[in-house]
Amino acid sequence: MKFGVVVFPGSNCDQDCVHVLRDVVRQPVVTLWHQETSLRGVDAVVLPGGFSYGDYLRTGAIARLSPIMRAISAFANDGGLVIGICNGFQILLESGLLPGAMLRNTGLRFICRFVHVRVERTDTPFTNQLQQGQILRLPIAHNEGRYTTDEHIARTMTDQVVFRYCDADGQVVDAANPNGSIDAIAGLTTRAGNVMGIMPHPERASESALGSEDGRLIFASMLEAHAYA
Amino acid sequence: MVMSKMRSGRRLQAAGRKTQDSRLTGSVLSLGSPVSGLRSQVSGLDVSADLLKHVARSHNLTEDDYARIVRVLGRQPTLTEVGIFGVMYSEHCSYASSKPYLKTFPTRGKSVLVPAGKENAGVVDIGDGLAIAFKCESHNHPSAVEPVQGAATGVGGIIRDIFTMGARPIALLDSLRFGSLASARTKFLFEGVVKGISDYGNAVGVPTVGGEIYFDSAYQENPLVNVMCIGLLEQRQLAHAAASGLGNPVIYVGSSTGRDGLGGASFASRELIDGDADRPAVQIGDPFTEKCLIEATLEALATGDVVGIQDMGAAGLTCSTCEMPARGGSGIEIDVAKVPRREEGMTPYEIMLSESQERMLLILKRGRQAKIASLFAKWGLNAVEIGRVTRDGRMRVNDHGVVVADIPVSALTDEAPIYHRPTKRPAYLAKTQQLSLRSLPVPKDLTATLTTLLASPTIANKRCVYEQYDHMVQTNTTVLPGRADAAVLRVKGTTKWLAATIDGNGRYCYLDPYEGGKLAVAEAARNLVCVGARPLAITDCLNFGNPNDPEIMWQFKECVRGIADACRAFETPVTGGNVSFYNEGPSGAIDPTPVIGMIGVMEPRPNEAGSWKLEAGKRRFQSPASSFQYPITANFKEEGDTILLLGETKEELGGSEYLSVIHHRKAGKPPRVDLQQELALQRLMIDAAAHGWLKSAHDCSEGGLAVTLAESCIMDEDHLIGARIEVAQSTKQKAHRVDAILFGESAGRIVISCARGAVEPLVALAKRHGVAAAAIGNVGGSRLMIGSWVDVLVEDLSAAWRTGLATAVNRRNA
Repeated sequence: MKFGVVVFPGSNCDQDCVHVLRDVVRQPVVTLWHQETSLRGVDAVVLPGGFSYGDYLRTGAIARLSPIMRAISAFANDGGLVIGICNGFQILLESGLLPGAMLRNTGLRFICRFVHVRVERTDTPFTNQLQQGQILRLPIAHNEGRYTTDEHIARTMTDQVVFRYCDADGQVVDAANPNGSIDAIAGLTTRAGNVMGIMPHPERASESALGSEDGRLIFASMLEAHAYA
Repeated sequence: MVMSKMRSGRRLQAAGRKTQDSRLTGSVLSLGSPVSGLRSQVSGLDVSADLLKHVARSHNLTEDDYARIVRVLGRQPTLTEVGIFGVMYSEHCSYASSKPYLKTFPTRGKSVLVPAGKENAGVVDIGDGLAIAFKCESHNHPSAVEPVQGAATGVGGIIRDIFTMGARPIALLDSLRFGSLASARTKFLFEGVVKGISDYGNAVGVPTVGGEIYFDSAYQENPLVNVMCIGLLEQRQLAHAAASGLGNPVIYVGSSTGRDGLGGASFASRELIDGDADRPAVQIGDPFTEKCLIEATLEALATGDVVGIQDMGAAGLTCSTCEMPARGGSGIEIDVAKVPRREEGMTPYEIMLSESQERMLLILKRGRQAKIASLFAKWGLNAVEIGRVTRDGRMRVNDHGVVVADIPVSALTDEAPIYHRPTKRPAYLAKTQQLSLRSLPVPKDLTATLTTLLASPTIANKRCVYEQYDHMVQTNTTVLPGRADAAVLRVKGTTKWLAATIDGNGRYCYLDPYEGGKLAVAEAARNLVCVGARPLAITDCLNFGNPNDPEIMWQFKECVRGIADACRAFETPVTGGNVSFYNEGPSGAIDPTPVIGMIGVMEPRPNEAGSWKLEAGKRRFQSPASSFQYPITANFKEEGDTILLLGETKEELGGSEYLSVIHHRKAGKPPRVDLQQELALQRLMIDAAAHGWLKSAHDCSEGGLAVTLAESCIMDEDHLIGARIEVAQSTKQKAHRVDAILFGESAGRIVISCARGAVEPLVALAKRHGVAAAAIGNVGGSRLMIGSWVDVLVEDLSAAWRTGLATAVNRRNA
């Protein structure tokens, strides 16, 4: 399965994603420069974390205008697998591929730490190797991770929520919501399920040396989905 | 990482040269605007000698300096030349007062590839064709005036020093000093500095993996912001900061030049006077441009077309255009009219002295300009040819072809003035070193004393700080902040781990600069061996007051002597760093504060690390299948493990955190370091770690044995665990005061824990190394009990330690 990791100026988790996909998940990986217009035949696209174009306007607001995003939108609308991690999630929101927007964390500070998320759905290409209700330990690192949307949309998209912030016992409680996201949303897919945005970083939790291997299950799910596609 | 430490006490009075009113600097800047008569040409003496002398004074140049300039040039200097000499002769750039002492550092060693002072940063060999470039730098004055930008640009500057060596920056650590948190200004500075480091480091994608923070009134007016960057490179990629090859093009890359940071190096080379008036001397950082610059530069260096490269840091374009030819034995000619600018009407003076950030100077092989320019253009960056390499040993600056400066580079670099400043043992020492313990009551409730110490801002947990730093990006951080005495990074593609720490204790140095210097190096090394690493080399940031004060100069001389002695004993050479003088506010100098950044390596066998497993939602430590376990963290692991104290506890309370926090005294002599004993301890630890006997290790520093034990009980929030300790019996030191046993900070001590079966071989190993080792208790239960003195729920200790800093920050000012 060939992965394409997009590189915007200011991306800083692109090489981390390349490392995990190539050296841990052991799949072919290419990097896709933001000015490219072709996805070069990849089977899945990764929008990595970082500060695309410096994120001086709104996070992801400039990245969505890049040439590569036009190709990615077409790919996604065609059913292609797209995962947006952290800044990648923000870009998916700005692009309109996923509903909603990101606000600054309720604490108004950047937060970097391990959190727990609960698996809400296992029938997606990103979670088919996980158990319903399974608790993953993944790190977050963001300043604008407070997912929000209007109440109407929130009501209609409950079946799109894939991950929710929870405590170590799987309870979705305010104390375990690090950024104030509505409904403790940490990960979201499109209705069709082929595009996912996730605030925590699975690529930072895919090796035992880094304290958690839970994130690898998300990439493994993508492989599984591709194999049976 | 152990972020710790606080103090209070009297300060040195400001003394020595009173520098010029900062408004004068302002007037020079306005002179720099394009007043036609000041558009000096080398031959044109259209500026009066009186005015030039006045301008020279405003650049902190003395009469002697001015006479020297006239002699070197054989004529009166131009305004631009005065500016160039001014910044290059500033203490910040010239090391005029410190050079004679820095020469006494041991700088060579078998692992040193690039010794101190030769390039942008020192480089050490870590085997397998890999090397580490690392360096520490201060950004104190800018941070005192504008904390967010001051700290941010400090991070940006040191990162550039690293990737100009051809290394990818892989980690940052920072050492911060602030005044008492009772002051609203301290809160403003503290929060601003943390935000600046967070904003810049996070966006640029280099993890901040460790550091330390002390709060003490000695830094009330002059906070310290010292940042260390570590880079990894393949040895064959090593880049050089020299200009060579007659006719080779000189390329300006990165951001455009503006009027920000004008005269920053001069600003850093005098005391802080008026915060607001100094604001224009502070630079503005852009981490996005820096991130692009890292990628573009590393790509450019990989082409093999780059002959030399240097960051435009302090003194901007001036510094790089004279230092690179000085190193290469060549000359440089540039035209400032070609320099990309972001403001209209900038004069040559302003262009040469601007400290706009994210800029570098490259020397290319001839004919490679277009290729390199397109590479930088891909990242949206300037790459403009502004001159060429000559061989006449001069730095010639033109403006549209008209010469505005023409100076022998040696006059600005190797032959810059060096001052052998007078030194004098400070008068205060006679008084501070007289500490009578008899006058100090031992607190009745020692449990309360321990809790108070744990909650004091210097010792309290720094999670609310390091959580604002992305400490995981690049996926190498194996030991996260707040888990061990040093940060540990894996080196991808190898079985190596890299350990790093940054340490310094200004109070020790204030009370005895020589011992304080030794202590700083000893603690840094101890931190590294606590994770199982072998110390390799150090970088340092030497933060002191005004060098014109003989007492300050004596502090400097003694600290350097202490650091040098310790580095010689440990065979950890000094590979670079910086000196920051003039750390004074209106009411006096800071405590002398040398900060030591040290790196070490360990090479475990594969698959030997213990790990954390999730069982029913709880994390449990899984012992490794083999007996090996790397790296070692500081928290106690399992019920029933034995706790040992390595090293000897003496009755040493001088300079301790306990004395400061509980008795409000800054007095006594700091703990003595026996360097040979310290070295024996290091070797013991490395040996014991290799045997896989150590389950935890934590060195005794601020707060002494009791704080160390408490931290090992509570360091892992998800896994608090108690301990039962009997100290007095096992160490047979009943003669000592109880508070000295619990809170004294005797050097050369580490608290370790191990499985019961490992006790006997460990004690035997310690004996072979000549290190005292005593079993002092066991891990287990939910309470920390130390003899009959301390008995407390670890939960309560954890609450005090975890909330101490936030409580102090949120407490409203009286």
